[in-house]
Amino acid sequence: MESYFKNKWLPYLLLLPTFIILIVFLFYPAFETFRLSFYKVHPFGIKKIFAGLYNFKKLFRSSDYIYSFKISFIFSIFVVIGGLFISLLIALLLNQDLKGQRIYRSFLIWPYALSPAISGAIFRFLFNPANGYLNYFFKAIFGFEPAWLTNGSLALVIITIAATWKNLGYNIIFYLAGLQNVQKEALDAAAIDGAGPVKRFVFITFPLLSPTTFFLLIMNLIYSYFSSFGLIDVLTEGGPANATNILIYQLYRDFFINSKTGYAAAESLVLFSLVVLLTLVQFKTTGRKVHYQ
Amino acid sequence: MRKKLVTRIILHFLIILSILIVSLPVILSLIISTQTPAEVYSSPPKLTPSGNFSNYVDAWKSVNLGRMMLNSTFIAVMVTTGKIILSVLAAFAFTHFEFKGKNLLFFLVLVTLLLPIPVRIVALFEVVRSFHWIDTFWGLIFPFLASATGTFLFIQRFKMIPVELLDAAKLDGCSPLYYLWKIVIPLSGNTIGALVVIEFIYIWNQYLWPLMATNSKEMRVVQIGIKMLTQTETMNNWGIIMAGVMICMVPPLIVFFIMQESFMKGFALASEK
Repeated sequence: MESYFKNKWLPYLLLLPTFIILIVFLFYPAFETFRLSFYKVHPFGIKKIFAGLYNFKKLFRSSDYIYSFKISFIFSIFVVIGGLFISLLIALLLNQDLKGQRIYRSFLIWPYALSPAISGAIFRFLFNPANGYLNYFFKAIFGFEPAWLTNGSLALVIITIAATWKNLGYNIIFYLAGLQNVQKEALDAAAIDGAGPVKRFVFITFPLLSPTTFFLLIMNLIYSYFSSFGLIDVLTEGGPANATNILIYQLYRDFFINSKTGYAAAESLVLFSLVVLLTLVQFKTTGRKVHYQ
Repeated sequence: MRKKLVTRIILHFLIILSILIVSLPVILSLIISTQTPAEVYSSPPKLTPSGNFSNYVDAWKSVNLGRMMLNSTFIAVMVTTGKIILSVLAAFAFTHFEFKGKNLLFFLVLVTLLLPIPVRIVALFEVVRSFHWIDTFWGLIFPFLASATGTFLFIQRFKMIPVELLDAAKLDGCSPLYYLWKIVIPLSGNTIGALVVIEFIYIWNQYLWPLMATNSKEMRVVQIGIKMLTQTETMNNWGIIMAGVMICMVPPLIVFFIMQESFMKGFALASEK
């Protein structure tokens, strides 16, 4: 657009409400959190002593934190890979030229409206030992009942499935939008040249979808690191024995339950570094294409 | 190209199968929510719905769900409305004016994408506490009012409005705010629709912040109610718990199904250009 309104003050006035909120609730708290990470803070916030890198040293010497780091990494990798794979398959099905696709589409993306806490509650029910459906059928087929939520590794598997399931709708929406941008002419031309559906997918559709895939990769990583808090709080509360205690849950415990303000602030800074790192990776590779395609 | 009948049947079958698999957890929960405790614990499990709708009444009463639904609805409506207003104004400033510091201010809006709540939660809590906003609606609404997502979606939409409209308006001596109200906003229906869905669902589903920023029963939101319901598990009445879960799912689903056409259109716009 080359044409503009001429007015000196109005644009600033229009931006003022947004920037008041941003400064008070985003920039200042972020800055202050980073500052606090270099302080030892008395539990009730009365005394603050500058402590340099003390909190960070303590953090990376804590075996609990390192363990939490590992768990978060494993969890996020499976949520991302599993989630993207299944959603792409479903989006491809929904992108076929068929009758009833509009209705099918609604019935496949509606889990978008579900919350992590709801997903947590539903999976807690499905896998509960007393009357969970899965236990019954597992026993009928394999002859034993796994201790789903009291075995650490199994609990991690369950939160992974629950988190992946909850995010399917979101991923399918973006893959569908991406598929609509894949030019039909290219696919038709390839079909005339004798390329089968698999070949067409591998050589045309998938490469053209790579900006979407990359965008979803980052969004799903952020989702698994940050937004899965409610799911874990309802489903496992980080247990059994810290087996599902991902970074965000540890941060909540340290700040809210144990009142370790400076220490928790350092954890926030670690999470922030992760976000920045992921964003930079996205920007360096396909970020531009995703935003301006 | 027309597909063969067999191919079409297989595709329909695969899609319906996916729908069943994706919906299964909710279908099973829905079935359980209508069963009596005896049916819930029957072996083999009873896979058909029953008529024990008192579960819904019990769930509603046991954790004061009515109040929570009101709270969540109020907060979601206020934040969604506020966010849309603020981001329309910001996007209008960025697209229809030239001013000093535009690039810097735009960059600052962009940067907020890097600052999700967990990154600033320690000091955000202190800020809200210093305002005496803990356990109030203010504390649950204000921190969420600015939106990078909303601003970007509206910028993308506003840039697609033909320049001729603006030139004609300027010739007629139309003021910027009148132009925004009469031309720009009516042309942005799908973007507004998409944002209503995105933001309503986002706020309705918030968990960590409401958990920390509220402590009285009267201020709790629906998502915390779900946790409270599962803690009544000592009674082990999954029928009641799942009935509560079903109730909590309804409002975002209604918003989603009512608005989904403009939601999908707003989205396609966003990713095309």
